[in-house]
Amino acid sequence: MVLTVDQSAPSVDSGLPARPSWRRGEEAAGLALISPTALYALFLLGVPILTVVAYSFWTQNYLEIDRSFTFENYRIALTEPIYRDLLLRSLGISLVVSFVTVVVSYPVAWFISFHGGRHKNLLLFLITVPCWTSYLLRVMSWKMILGYQGVLNTGLMSLGVITEPIASFLYNSNAVAITLVHSWAAFAILPIYVSLEKIDRSLVEAARDLGDGPARSFLRVVLPLSMPGVVSALLIVMIPTVGDYVTPRLVGGKDGVMIATAIQAQFGKAANWPLGAALSVTTMAIVTVVAGACAILLKLVARRIR
Amino acid sequence: MSLLKPSRWRVLPFYMVLYLGFLYLPILLLPVFSFNNAAATRFPLAGFTTKWYASLWGNREMLDAAFNSLVVGICVAVLSTGLAICAARAVTRYRFRGRRAANGLIMAPLFLPEIIVAVSLLMIVLQVGAELSLLTVILGQVVFCLPYSMAVLTAGFDGFDRSLEEASLDLGETAFGTFRRVTLPVVAPAILSSLLVSFTISLDEFLLAFFLSGTEPTLPVYIWGQLRFAAKLPGVLALGSLMLALSICLLVAAEFLRRRTERQLSTGAASHV
Repeated sequence: MVLTVDQSAPSVDSGLPARPSWRRGEEAAGLALISPTALYALFLLGVPILTVVAYSFWTQNYLEIDRSFTFENYRIALTEPIYRDLLLRSLGISLVVSFVTVVVSYPVAWFISFHGGRHKNLLLFLITVPCWTSYLLRVMSWKMILGYQGVLNTGLMSLGVITEPIASFLYNSNAVAITLVHSWAAFAILPIYVSLEKIDRSLVEAARDLGDGPARSFLRVVLPLSMPGVVSALLIVMIPTVGDYVTPRLVGGKDGVMIATAIQAQFGKAANWPLGAALSVTTMAIVTVVAGACAILLKLVARRIR
Repeated sequence: MSLLKPSRWRVLPFYMVLYLGFLYLPILLLPVFSFNNAAATRFPLAGFTTKWYASLWGNREMLDAAFNSLVVGICVAVLSTGLAICAARAVTRYRFRGRRAANGLIMAPLFLPEIIVAVSLLMIVLQVGAELSLLTVILGQVVFCLPYSMAVLTAGFDGFDRSLEEASLDLGETAFGTFRRVTLPVVAPAILSSLLVSFTISLDEFLLAFFLSGTEPTLPVYIWGQLRFAAKLPGVLALGSLMLALSICLLVAAEFLRRRTERQLSTGAASHV
């Protein structure tokens, strides 16, 4: 009895002051372990991005960089008709692509989650495989499909559906949008699937038992609860597609040019780094604002339905 | 409910098949036309040939690019997995201030347009006066691969039973010894899976390589250069089909390993209960 008290007393006493030092040891270990990777990301991602931001406030005369602070590049990016139109078009395409991708992917994610059974993993794997294979090759095959002498036209002609090839498949915003939807499908399915998996199935059953039909129980239970997945799917598609370079270059033609082509030109032929930097920052800022607005809007909608 | 269920059962599987068709048909066209005996990619097909594959063999430029891709891919896979092992372990095992910030920074490339990552890296490389080379491609692609390696590895480390490590430490093993003899064997499949996934991403990655490769192209950059010439298309299709086959093999292997980790973790947990 005495022995146990003697043993427990110091441990209670030392327990309180000991915990912070144990915590500190834990913190130090965690920080030490993550620092190589974090420093790598800091120097090869954080610092470069900050450099871009810095450059966007400078100007360039031929090869000289003038480091006096100015908003001139942003004025050009936002008011010059070419850049303004390219920004608007890129934003429009990425909005359409992200919404279409989410809408066509949702039923697939829902099917796998609710009716996948023991094939869930296999189905998910089948869906992700095309998205891991070469992006460049996928865009190239869409060019082959949509071309004037392409697979779709010659296929339809040999089936007798059309007699003349249709020129309007390739080299426009639609071609860009179709290709991008194809490229980003898995990125939309995975977050939606994850959020559907988290839904407690007894909630759906309860809604049914209380008299909601399948449509109503879906709208009032499943859809609102899966909204976080829908929102992250939307963001994960919208943000990268706004700056896509390969797709507009290969299938966009003159009418499907997007902002990435203009950014690339500033670092290549045009050699105006500050303007290129300002275009990059503007693109990032605008898409972040729009994506944020969409996320808030969707969450409000989900709340209204409930 | 029971009245509505059968009809939905028929519509959704059909939609699922349609969707998979939409995903796979464009990709399957590559091998189909790579065996087609005509330079133009159009229907009807013109007959079977393997000459486009044969033409790849003597192509010095292509073989050089393939070798570059191999070197870059291996370096990126090792570096990205190594860095991700540290970070994933830190994130899953320890709680510390700045954990979320560091994790966010590492995962950020997923939420950035790739062109901006590419442009900013190009600026920094030219700014410090470094030469564009395969090394710059490797450094850049590691940034891009880290989020994927992290995702694979945090999933692998997450289910790990910590009491195993504690037991090993209590029994007098050092921290490093515990990692090597207890942790590593359990998470080895996840590590291999991360190596395979990052190699695949590097093999297929175009934009960063395009901006950062200088005079030594990787395979996607080589392909990009060939796309201007319509006559070279079948050769590119043959090359693309081979890359596709390789990517799929690597991904199947990675998936197989991932499932093995999952099984191992669940049976491991069961046997300890």
